[in-house]
Amino acid sequence: MSILIYLIPIALILGLVGLFAFVWSLKSGQYDDLDGAAQRILLDDDEEKPHH
Amino acid sequence: MNQAAQIEQTAYHSLIQTDKDDVHSLNFLVKGVHCALCIQKIESALQEHKNVSYVRLNFSTGCLSVKWTGDAAEADDFAGEVARLGYQVFPYNPEIEKSTEEQEGRFLLLCLGVAGFAMGNLMLLSVGLWATDEVTMGMNTRLLMHWISGLIAIPVVVFSGRPFFKSAWAALKNRHTNMDVPISLALILATGMSIFETLDHGTHVYFDSAVMLMFFLLIGRYLDFRARRQAKGAAHDLLQTLAGFATVVEGANTRKILIRDLKPDMIVQVALGERIPVDGVALSGDTTVDTALVTGETMPRDVHVDDELYSGMVNLSAPLRLRVAKAAEDSLLADIVRLLEKAEQANAAYVRLADRAARLYTPFVHSLALLAFILWWAVLGALWQDALLIAVTVLIITCPCALGLAVPVVQVLATGQLMKRNILVKSGDALERLAKIDIAVFDKTGTLTIGKPALQMDGFAPKSLQIAASLAAQSAHPLSKALSVAYTGDLLSVDQVKEYAGKGLEATIAGDQIKLGSLKWCGQDVPSESVYPQICLMINGQVAQIFTFKDQIKADAADAIAALKALGIKPILLSGDRSAVVTHVAADVGIDTFYAEQTPVDKTALIHELKDAGHNVLMVGDGLNDAPVLASAGISMAPGSAVDITQNAADIIFMGEHMQPVIDAYKHACFTQKLVKQNFGLAIAYNCIAVPFAFMGYVTPMIAAICMSASSLLVIINSYRLKLLS
Repeated sequence: MSILIYLIPIALILGLVGLFAFVWSLKSGQYDDLDGAAQRILLDDDEEKPHH
Repeated sequence: MNQAAQIEQTAYHSLIQTDKDDVHSLNFLVKGVHCALCIQKIESALQEHKNVSYVRLNFSTGCLSVKWTGDAAEADDFAGEVARLGYQVFPYNPEIEKSTEEQEGRFLLLCLGVAGFAMGNLMLLSVGLWATDEVTMGMNTRLLMHWISGLIAIPVVVFSGRPFFKSAWAALKNRHTNMDVPISLALILATGMSIFETLDHGTHVYFDSAVMLMFFLLIGRYLDFRARRQAKGAAHDLLQTLAGFATVVEGANTRKILIRDLKPDMIVQVALGERIPVDGVALSGDTTVDTALVTGETMPRDVHVDDELYSGMVNLSAPLRLRVAKAAEDSLLADIVRLLEKAEQANAAYVRLADRAARLYTPFVHSLALLAFILWWAVLGALWQDALLIAVTVLIITCPCALGLAVPVVQVLATGQLMKRNILVKSGDALERLAKIDIAVFDKTGTLTIGKPALQMDGFAPKSLQIAASLAAQSAHPLSKALSVAYTGDLLSVDQVKEYAGKGLEATIAGDQIKLGSLKWCGQDVPSESVYPQICLMINGQVAQIFTFKDQIKADAADAIAALKALGIKPILLSGDRSAVVTHVAADVGIDTFYAEQTPVDKTALIHELKDAGHNVLMVGDGLNDAPVLASAGISMAPGSAVDITQNAADIIFMGEHMQPVIDAYKHACFTQKLVKQNFGLAIAYNCIAVPFAFMGYVTPMIAAICMSASSLLVIINSYRLKLLS
């Protein structure tokens, strides 16, 4: 059972990483325009970019 | 491109914010964005400027944010460019737009995310806890896992439970209950019990049940929020329009200022095609204005010196100067905003079926849980911990999920179905209100009729039509446009065209002197009670033809009205137009009750009268003058051709030039309500089976949480039957 001493913190840390990524994406406004995001998926924007 | 040129001279550069790195930023409000291509067109157009570092168009709010370096005055170019692409541009007023809605959405999502994180980790621990016993696992390991569960769950319940706690507290303070009261109680009791069990080195903790319950309820809450967010904010949109610019004349100079900065007695210039920004008095005459937005009339009105003009009218035929009579916040548009806001607040008081059910349900659930506790503790002599555990189980198993999750799911599904039929449902509870109507009130112009004058095509020589249409092609007047639409052949070449505002056109065609204009201008007698607009064509001083125009009734209007009557709904016609016209239209579509020459205030008063008499009223209308009326009716619909503000005030929007969608939406609403009631029935049946088991102590909180989720799934699956409807 001593393996739990590593496994539980690892599980928690992985979960927390996910949670922080979510909070970051929320704070940076990525969920503010869900309808827009649904529309933008249709755009071929990589063809528009000029070649460098 | 008159309008684009106009916008290029505006004063957007005065609104710029510049940070310390010399990066300018400005938000525009862009209207008319409908699809992905619109986003791309606008964003890529501005990205072509080398100094622009950031362009982002928010599709939901229409807010276009631009950041750039260098010349601040480029702001006006950007606005002009977007306007040239065919979109309307307004200055963005952050104070209005900083809505609590947006923050509420973020808050719910954050709570949901945190609850989801906690649920995942708790389940990981719970699998071990529920799969083995203390002998296999060892006492200390189990205690460790209880402690870790508690350390995850307690802060998460406190954090993510806030939407429920706040709402429950607010209800309790006002001596009501709502469905958040039993939810909060179940959350608090389950968590509290588990803390006690952990400290007491007990066998079972139920942190996972509490968090799982919370997670599922938050999903329902967020869906519900999404369904209802678009309903609001019509008044805000109108205020955004007020945030535009006006041209002020000062001596020989003109200058652009924000409309909200206009003061009485300033002189304002209104160019051709521009909207009159404030209420005022005309200083120059000889133009016509389109009053459709304000009064709902189809025909443009002539303007003479000293005539009163209202904000929202559009100047049609010649540049116009007016003296501001009232500051912008006292103008007619602002009055409409106030009427609208008032109506929206009144409608917010509407109690939804789910909440009404909760008011009956919660006292019942609470007494049941209390009864279970008393029975086990006092009567059967169980330990108080065990008795409390059973009470918590009863609370969790009876959790009002059918109310919290199934109703929004039915609504979201029904909304999607109607969307496929080009009917857009904007507010979450619109269908619920629609299913209850017994009176349908219709506006005339643009709702029952197409809203544009069309030429009456009988009994005139083709040659006169050709001449008239050739001349009419030179003008933007609505009647000229109608003539152009009616004629499909070749046009004659026209020389020396002169347009006399409010009167007509004069030109020469193949050497003949042609006049096309109002009967009065052509020296004809005007019939005293003329129902439909007429114009006269004169060739070399002789009357060649008189053309009559009529606003056509939509093809299926009469059928739709008949269908409504068959469904037991009484139709009423309510119009700002003259009595003679209204009588004709009412007779044509088969409406027996009609009111003519109604102002927005009259219309609103009538709706209130009907509501006070206990009727549930549907209002269908399209003009700006209808916006407050729509908002004050129990439920409202607007055709897709309606002005933006009216579309925003309406609960449901339908596309196309038909009336059938009104019937479709009503039938769908009735079926949706049937499903909702079935879902309640299912939930009650589930409770009747599950509660006795919980009451007898055969169910642990964990099983209860699973049962509750399963019952939610059942009602969701039932909701999907809606898909079978079409």
